[in-house]
Amino acid sequence: MKYEPVIGLEVHAQLLTESKIFCGCSTKFGREPNHNACPVCAGFPGVLPVLNKRVVEFAVKAGLATRCQIARLSVLARKNYFYPDLPKGYQISQYESPICANGFVDIEVNGASKRVRLTRIHLEEDAGKNIHDAHGDSSLVDLNRAGVPLLEIVSEPDMRSREEAGAYLRNLRAMLQYLAICDGNMEEGSFRCDANVSVRPEGSETLGTKIEIKNLNSFRAVERALEFEIERQRDTLSSGGKLLQETRLWDEERKETRSMRSKESAHDYRYFPEPDLLPLTIGEHWIAELAAALPELPMARKRRYMADYGLQAYDAELLTSRKDIADYFEEAVKSHADAKALGNWIVGDLFRELKERRLDQQFYITKWPVKAERLAQLVQLIDRGKISGKIAKTVFEAMLDSDQSPQQIVSEKGLEQVSDPASIENAIDQVLAAHAKQVEQYRSGNEKVFGFIVGQIMKATQGKANPQTVNEVLRAKLKSQA
Amino acid sequence: MKLTAEEVQRVAVLARLRLTREERTELTEQLDHILTYMDKLGELDISEVAPFTHAIESNELREDKVTNQPNTEALLANVPDRDGNFFKVPKIIE
Amino acid sequence: MNLASLAVHDAGDKLRKREISSVELTDAVFERIAATDGQIHAYLTLDREAALDQARRADARLRAQDGASPLLGIPIALKDNFLTQGLRTTAGSRILAEFVPPYDASTVQRLRLAGAVIVGKTNLDEFAMGSSAENSAFFPTRNPWNLKRIPGGSSGGSAAAVAADQCLAALGTDTGGSIRQPAACCGVVGLKPTYGRVSRYGIIAFASSMDQVGPMTKDVRDSALLLQVLAGRDPADSTSANRPVPDYAAALTGAIKGIRVGVPKEYFVSGMQPEVEKAVRDGIHELEKQGAVILDISLPHTEYAVAVYYIVATAEASSNLARYDGMRYGYRAGAKDLIETYMITRDEGFGAEVKRRIMLGTYALSAGYYDAYYSKAQRVRALIKRDFDEAFQSCDLIVTPTAPTTAFKLGEKTQDPLQMYLSDIYTISINLAGLPAVSLPCGFDPEGMPIGMQIIGEHYDEATILRVAHHYEQATEWHKRKPRIEDR
Repeated sequence: MKYEPVIGLEVHAQLLTESKIFCGCSTKFGREPNHNACPVCAGFPGVLPVLNKRVVEFAVKAGLATRCQIARLSVLARKNYFYPDLPKGYQISQYESPICANGFVDIEVNGASKRVRLTRIHLEEDAGKNIHDAHGDSSLVDLNRAGVPLLEIVSEPDMRSREEAGAYLRNLRAMLQYLAICDGNMEEGSFRCDANVSVRPEGSETLGTKIEIKNLNSFRAVERALEFEIERQRDTLSSGGKLLQETRLWDEERKETRSMRSKESAHDYRYFPEPDLLPLTIGEHWIAELAAALPELPMARKRRYMADYGLQAYDAELLTSRKDIADYFEEAVKSHADAKALGNWIVGDLFRELKERRLDQQFYITKWPVKAERLAQLVQLIDRGKISGKIAKTVFEAMLDSDQSPQQIVSEKGLEQVSDPASIENAIDQVLAAHAKQVEQYRSGNEKVFGFIVGQIMKATQGKANPQTVNEVLRAKLKSQA
Repeated sequence: MKLTAEEVQRVAVLARLRLTREERTELTEQLDHILTYMDKLGELDISEVAPFTHAIESNELREDKVTNQPNTEALLANVPDRDGNFFKVPKIIE
Repeated sequence: MNLASLAVHDAGDKLRKREISSVELTDAVFERIAATDGQIHAYLTLDREAALDQARRADARLRAQDGASPLLGIPIALKDNFLTQGLRTTAGSRILAEFVPPYDASTVQRLRLAGAVIVGKTNLDEFAMGSSAENSAFFPTRNPWNLKRIPGGSSGGSAAAVAADQCLAALGTDTGGSIRQPAACCGVVGLKPTYGRVSRYGIIAFASSMDQVGPMTKDVRDSALLLQVLAGRDPADSTSANRPVPDYAAALTGAIKGIRVGVPKEYFVSGMQPEVEKAVRDGIHELEKQGAVILDISLPHTEYAVAVYYIVATAEASSNLARYDGMRYGYRAGAKDLIETYMITRDEGFGAEVKRRIMLGTYALSAGYYDAYYSKAQRVRALIKRDFDEAFQSCDLIVTPTAPTTAFKLGEKTQDPLQMYLSDIYTISINLAGLPAVSLPCGFDPEGMPIGMQIIGEHYDEATILRVAHHYEQATEWHKRKPRIEDR
């Protein structure tokens, strides 16, 4: 019996607002514990919540980008449970009438397109942090994070493989980054994912036992956990076992999912409409304004790159994975239209620099190690045959953090490519003379040694000889001297 | 009898209230009495009635600005137990 | 003349004319408290030093003629569910017995800005849940008219303090009648404004969709003066209305001839104390003499109000009181782990009535019961509000008794909670509909206990209520009678 996996994902995205959702505390990361907290987000007696307009704006933007229906009237609700990181003893969230519903995220896996539907998007507040005290029977509570705004994005169980799940998460994250509403950092917790996984016999319409997986702290963890869990469920059913509807934790160390032995398996959250907040009304005019101001989204941008620049899907996806990269790429292409070459330089050498300098951890890079215009100029030099690709690497290094044009660097360092056959002939003759043995080997039919000879010539010309010219002239010489 | 002692216990756990046996017995009786009285509401046909909402026109939402002056000491001043700037609380025992 | 017996407007006149000083006035109040609170027990916390400090500053402002507020230099008491920065606030509960707030409620800020002198915090039923002040964790307050009787609740301490001249005015809160009923029991004026008229920020929440702050005063003019300072939009409270605030004092004078007064038949049923009915009917007759048109009306869903209230209010309360868990403030019991700490802290920290209501509310919201209780109750609530909307098509005000009986004896009603709940029948519907209403004295029973008459108005029409109440009061002078409390 073949079983197909059925996967739904629930994402919590922390929003990039200045202040918290219901109070004027800062959302900035990394202060002293309980520094960014006040009586409101600390759940003191007598306090009341006041909704942050920008949170609503971000939720509407996310809804518009995913083609959801935006509720003109939506209601906030209390989700009641007790935990030390939840100061009021309830979380203000949404229940029956979320702000957005029925949207979708398109993905591409192995060349095939698919639409993953979204059930809903709603807004809610984050809880604080509960840190287990190393020695003893206490926990330490830090409420800096309590009240930070979150969007909960719930998908339908439309995914059928871990690849699809990964693609969905990447696309969703890129979209939120493009909208500048979330920085999408799974490791730091600003983009969290829980998975709902079941399996069913291929061809069946009914859903199997749904199991929730938590503690997924990276994209890799999501894919590994899904792989493990699907396998586990398949094995269990194949061997005649039964699956329990439960919540399981991903153990990154042991690379397995484990059942949560929690006393409270079924929570009764006693949802009811939040009486301290008025129902949220969203005007047509505002929605239209926000819709008009949406940026070109990653998927559309990727398709445009493939169509207009002739890029492969893989490269186009890499270049559009972040808005700042895509913006940089287009700026470079504006200066010099060799999109393919520029694309390669960006995903290769530039990405490597960004990673080394940890610039990739910024939300939107503004200070690049090499300006877009300069990179374009470098590629232009290559395309015009002024320098070889290899020399270009040297020039690139020199360009880092300098504002010199590549042309300046090439001139200063005397790195121009030598393409004139007459100038190269000398070098070739010298090398041939010095490596008679290899010449003999070539003449006896050893093609491989040709590369060695070329290498020697390049060395003798400090890499400046035009490789194509070297090739032509060398072959001619070797032939003629036969 | 609308309410059993088990149900009362379930509700007490949800509300994080320890009840002594006497409290549980007394509450079961009192709540049962009160809930029976609530059955009155069943006399009414409310199928076409929308739930109550206040007559308050929607208000302006808050601008996204940091307005809070951090004051950790004030926040921790009433805490029963602390560790540096943390609220110190008992741990859950699995 | 005992300065403490002055009304706010009289004292204000004398202060502005520099006939008396705020320090003298405040001293007089504290002396009165010292002489009488041993018997009445209206106050939980007093802060004489801070009060005199405020009084001195008020006197400086009065001398410099800086500030025109009628409350400048006036000693006012606050029910102990108003957060006062630096001054212990208990909600009448063991669970907050040592709690010192880090901030002031918005309404307290308004009083301070106006230059009022905060005398101290008055006793209440724990978390404002009750109608007699007997549910206070600390001690019951006594009715100044008869020390063996309850002062009403939950704002029993505030009502008693005003009646006994232990302050010139007080603030209370009203969720199901908690300003109006104790005002009736103690023979003072108690106003519950329209829901949303006054900020709730900094009030320890009981039922979020019904709680309102209001003044408790010696006469109607004082009520208008206090409401003026309290009313208005507060950005810290999303449910506070963005409506202009009229001049309430100016609205006191003005004709009431032709005002249509509705008398609902459902509020004059068996079980009422005969003297209460008589006094209120006499009061209605008095209004008629002054030119009001009296109409018989019906509020047919009145009989469902108690059931609705005790589902919705307790549901909201069960959630509002979840924060009292011993983790960040308040009482924490010693226990072996987190769950036990929660359970024992809350069992020991909350009194029986509070626990009962938390249980009721939790049940009404719990899985499987939400539709049967909470959802249904909110729909019946809409019907109750609709009754009033329809009634106000044909009348401008509605007049009823405030309570079915005068103040009962301490301990008399504590056996059967449902009985206690049913005595709220005249006040509860008003909270459910969010309407404004005042209770003012309209007579005394043969034992000398005060009787209260309730005047209900349309949303945001406190001005009309106060005008009619003022006319009635000036014609009848019930408010001039004071209880006699012997010095012991």
